[in-house]
Amino acid sequence: MPRGGGWRPGARWAQGDAGRRARIAEEVAALPLHQRPTMQEMGRRSEAAEHPFKRSVPVAQPQPTVVAPIPFAIPMILAEQSGQRQIISAACPAALALGLVPGMAVTQARALIPELDIRPADAETDRIVLDSLTLHAVRHWTPIAAPSGADGIWLDLSGAEHLHGGEDRFCRRLIGFCRRFGFTARVAVAGTPGAAHALARFGRDPVTAIPCGGEAQALAGLPLAALRLAPEALAAAARFGLDRIVDLLPLPRGPLARRLGLASVRRLDEALGRVPEPIVPVVPEETPVTLRRLLEPISTADAIEQVISDLLADMVERLQERGAGARTLVLTLERVDGSEQRVAIGTSRPSRDAAHLARLFHLRIERIDPGEGVETMRLAATRTDQLGATTLGATFAGDDVADVTTLVDQLAGRVGGAALFTAAPVESDVPERAVCRADPLAAPTGWPAWRRPVRLLRRPEPLVNVIALLPDQPPRRFTWRGQLHAVVAGDGPERIHGEWWRRDGEVWAVRDYFRVEDDAGARFWLFRRGDGVDPKTGDLSWYLHGLFG
Amino acid sequence: MMSVIARHHEALALLRETMGAVREDAAVMPFGIADMDERLADGGLALDGLHEVSAATPTLTDDAAATLFAVGIAARAAQANGRRVLWALTRFDLYAPGLEQAGLDPATLLFVEAREDKDVLAVMEDGLRHGSLAAVVGEVKRADMVATRRLQLAAMTGKTPALLSRRWRRQGICPLAELSAAMTRWRIASAPSARLPAAGVGRARWTVELARQRGGPPFTLELDACDDTGRLALPAVPRDRAPAAAGAAARAA
Repeated sequence: MPRGGGWRPGARWAQGDAGRRARIAEEVAALPLHQRPTMQEMGRRSEAAEHPFKRSVPVAQPQPTVVAPIPFAIPMILAEQSGQRQIISAACPAALALGLVPGMAVTQARALIPELDIRPADAETDRIVLDSLTLHAVRHWTPIAAPSGADGIWLDLSGAEHLHGGEDRFCRRLIGFCRRFGFTARVAVAGTPGAAHALARFGRDPVTAIPCGGEAQALAGLPLAALRLAPEALAAAARFGLDRIVDLLPLPRGPLARRLGLASVRRLDEALGRVPEPIVPVVPEETPVTLRRLLEPISTADAIEQVISDLLADMVERLQERGAGARTLVLTLERVDGSEQRVAIGTSRPSRDAAHLARLFHLRIERIDPGEGVETMRLAATRTDQLGATTLGATFAGDDVADVTTLVDQLAGRVGGAALFTAAPVESDVPERAVCRADPLAAPTGWPAWRRPVRLLRRPEPLVNVIALLPDQPPRRFTWRGQLHAVVAGDGPERIHGEWWRRDGEVWAVRDYFRVEDDAGARFWLFRRGDGVDPKTGDLSWYLHGLFG
Repeated sequence: MMSVIARHHEALALLRETMGAVREDAAVMPFGIADMDERLADGGLALDGLHEVSAATPTLTDDAAATLFAVGIAARAAQANGRRVLWALTRFDLYAPGLEQAGLDPATLLFVEAREDKDVLAVMEDGLRHGSLAAVVGEVKRADMVATRRLQLAAMTGKTPALLSRRWRRQGICPLAELSAAMTRWRIASAPSARLPAAGVGRARWTVELARQRGGPPFTLELDACDDTGRLALPAVPRDRAPAAAGAAARAA
């Protein structure tokens, strides 16, 4: 006991009820963040700090609400680079249940949970997904939609909610729609975009709807981060002890603007509806469509081709305005009896060449059945890509640039895209796996240097009556498909080992390839399984694999 | 009598001149072997016509030799002007490293695997008329006179050589027995190669027979197979066993 008694108001030892502070601290910790009493209410002027030299009675640590860890789920987190270290930007429910929160360092997370699945956060792809979701919203739900921040969408439902059966039903459908894509959605409907933003992210329920004019009441309990304030303004507000929106409401605007900045005051006004905040909608791109209504129904191939060339001329103009080339064109013919026929063509590179596209349509024209007659023809470019101006300098100079892309399109239209390919090398010693099919316009390189036959049999064929000196002499004679061949000269062996990582049977397997010539001048490529020394490498049977010219 | 004959001779001479003039500006690709080029009517392979190649016997090895002959021609055409080669077939069993070792870089090859022979012929015609290829090669079993005439016209229009490889349909009948409008028709068989002093298979050798050509007599030659630039060569005459074997290595033409 210190001299003089050591009495001071609030001294811990003077309190009769031991553990009262601990109990109060426990209760406070059990409340959610936005309901905890402020520091002013707790009677503190600053955060309580522990005495550096005294070890106090350990206050019962507020136990975090025990969430059952999700069994058999490998927790996954997304890591992003922030300055010198990597921090967690998002955590799956399994990771959250294990105590990992966004903002924690990844190294700490890895130390806590060894079997963590860490993926890099890809903000670009997230933005693309959000943009496509907004485009879908504009096309299907409401004409005014825009992305809000990096993880949300604003939809202006004024005048559109009756189409979806009311706000409640629409919100539920929205959540179901997002769940089908694997997203967890929170929806808030309010009179101002700022209030909706705040309630969707920091509100209590997944679906919130507040009446017009009730923003102040609904937003009162939310923290200041819900108002989209700048980080400096948030830090300044924390210094002044302002941590809920309700704290800002009674304050005079002038001093508030001086302390937190004019932008913060504007955000507050926008949220409460005093200042309008318009949503800048996303405008979807229209597919270029050209239409021809015919005076008299036509049914001959010539007439249809003529109309196709007219449509293509119009379409080329539209594409030129946009600086785009067509990749997929769909021609819809409406017949007199009301039914529709569709013909589609595709090109491998964006194209604005009317003659080339007309030729591609010409290949498909016999699939059209005009019936009684065709009265309307519509051409739509459903898929377009950027196509800038192409330089014609080479053609004027006289060197013909051989462009095979138009030929590729034409042949693809005749036999189908899958029948066109070029041979590309695969890094593999095993001969039948060394070649694969590739895109016809690719330019693969990297071929093996040793002698290879020009024709390879689909499956190596077994040879019988083979006489050969082991281990590395070519055979002296063999019988293939019932015919005896006497070998005059042979090259080899070329040893090719199996790929042990593909199949267990190939772990020790070895093939010795020989190039042999028989007395009639025919040259074969045959192999023997096994090296002749170790029985594990093969059973010493002979096969024919290919033919040289 | 004499004046009639003289007038006939004059007319023939005039005709020969005009035909010769027409054929003069056609592009020709010589083989590089004097014996062969002087026996060919144009002094080489005409680059705007249809040429047919077939195996001499229905065995697979002769078929491979005929394929390699076509590959050599296509390779030299592709090397000359840097364009691509279209290969149309119904069943893909070519081995690309083997093609590369005969001079045809697989990056310049565009394969089309069609379902039937008539699709193969249609694809060949499309490729020939497009005019931006170095050569068009097709493998068919059946191609009648009408089809070959269309291919010849398309080759002349697009100024691209067309090589038609005919496969054996039935055991006894040579595929070149069918009528065709091709400019040259070749029959290839594999022949025993020269013996090397050491153990090993030397450069392959073929019996190349020009079965029929437009404007000239047929001939048969024994030649060394294509090297890695697609060129054929005359085999060295073996004067003496040892030095002949050494000289039988590719005498590049």
